Amino acid sequence: MDSQAVLDAARALDGQLTLGGVDFTSRLIVGTGKYSTNDIMMDAIRASGAEMVTVAVRRIDLDRTKEEAILHHLDPTEFFLLANTAGCYTAEDAIRYARLARAAGFNEFVKLEVIGDEATLLPDVQATLEAAGVLAKEGFKVMAYTNDDLIMALRLEDAGCVAVMPLASPIGSGLGVVNPYFIREIKRRLSVPVIVDAGVGTASDACVTMEQGVDGVLMNTALAAADDPVRMAHAMKYSIVAGRLAYLAGRMPAREIAVPSSPTRGMLD
Amino acid sequence: MKATETIRIRLNGKERELEAGHTITTLLESLELHPGMVVVELNRDILRRERYPDVGVGDGDTIELVHFVGGG
Repeated sequence: MDSQAVLDAARALDGQLTLGGVDFTSRLIVGTGKYSTNDIMMDAIRASGAEMVTVAVRRIDLDRTKEEAILHHLDPTEFFLLANTAGCYTAEDAIRYARLARAAGFNEFVKLEVIGDEATLLPDVQATLEAAGVLAKEGFKVMAYTNDDLIMALRLEDAGCVAVMPLASPIGSGLGVVNPYFIREIKRRLSVPVIVDAGVGTASDACVTMEQGVDGVLMNTALAAADDPVRMAHAMKYSIVAGRLAYLAGRMPAREIAVPSSPTRGMLD
Repeated sequence: MKATETIRIRLNGKERELEAGHTITTLLESLELHPGMVVVELNRDILRRERYPDVGVGDGDTIELVHFVGGG
């Protein structure tokens, strides 16, 4: 079997991911930032198998001749665009960016992100909740980036978010899931999909994240900052599927004692 | 409209002098920007694309032209 056939077979054992009424086969969402070239970015995105792809809203640089418009490379008919509010430090700014993104005319989804601290890039959850409420009332399908905090996750769900996206660890850190218990608890208690957003560094991190039972993973730097983003994108594609199937399969209990796999009876004298 | 008349606007954070009489459509044309790739905010209000040909650019306007770039 080729790699696609392996993935198709694996996906046949799993349901679809539904976000805000839209069905996705891939549980991996990828960003488009920080790639060395647009060609590598597009090869990596395709290799990842992701269907939903994040983009940022920025001023057009009118002085520069360099083409930075992402849609010259990323076909919005091939990928589902998820605009983010990255870089916003207040609810007011995040709402403004979300409205600008929606005016681009692709969809009403927004990855809501309000940063509270420049050093850690940790979210300002109070401002996030405030913006989430406003945007949900305006008909946005809000996917909210937040801390791995159960109470805030519940409040974001109550505010009308279509997905809640706790971090695995800080943005761009590549530290993996620092608190799997909190992630599991958030997943257990929420009805809307839980997507782990930020902090995944390599394939094993993605696999461990999916083994917590969450609905998907959003990553950017893990691919863009790999020595070979395309190869890493393949690895992530497999690890997301592997982690998901392992979760669905239900793992054996871990024991700090050896138990033989072969019969102890019937040994020769 | 006098051809020599100019207005001052603030465009993407920078002061610019511009011939009077522009609409959003002609402004985008002069900047070689495709209307379908740009979202326009005029004095903090987002303009719907179908209004670009009808909305004039006036002296003292603050205009933001934004688009999608790579991001996570």
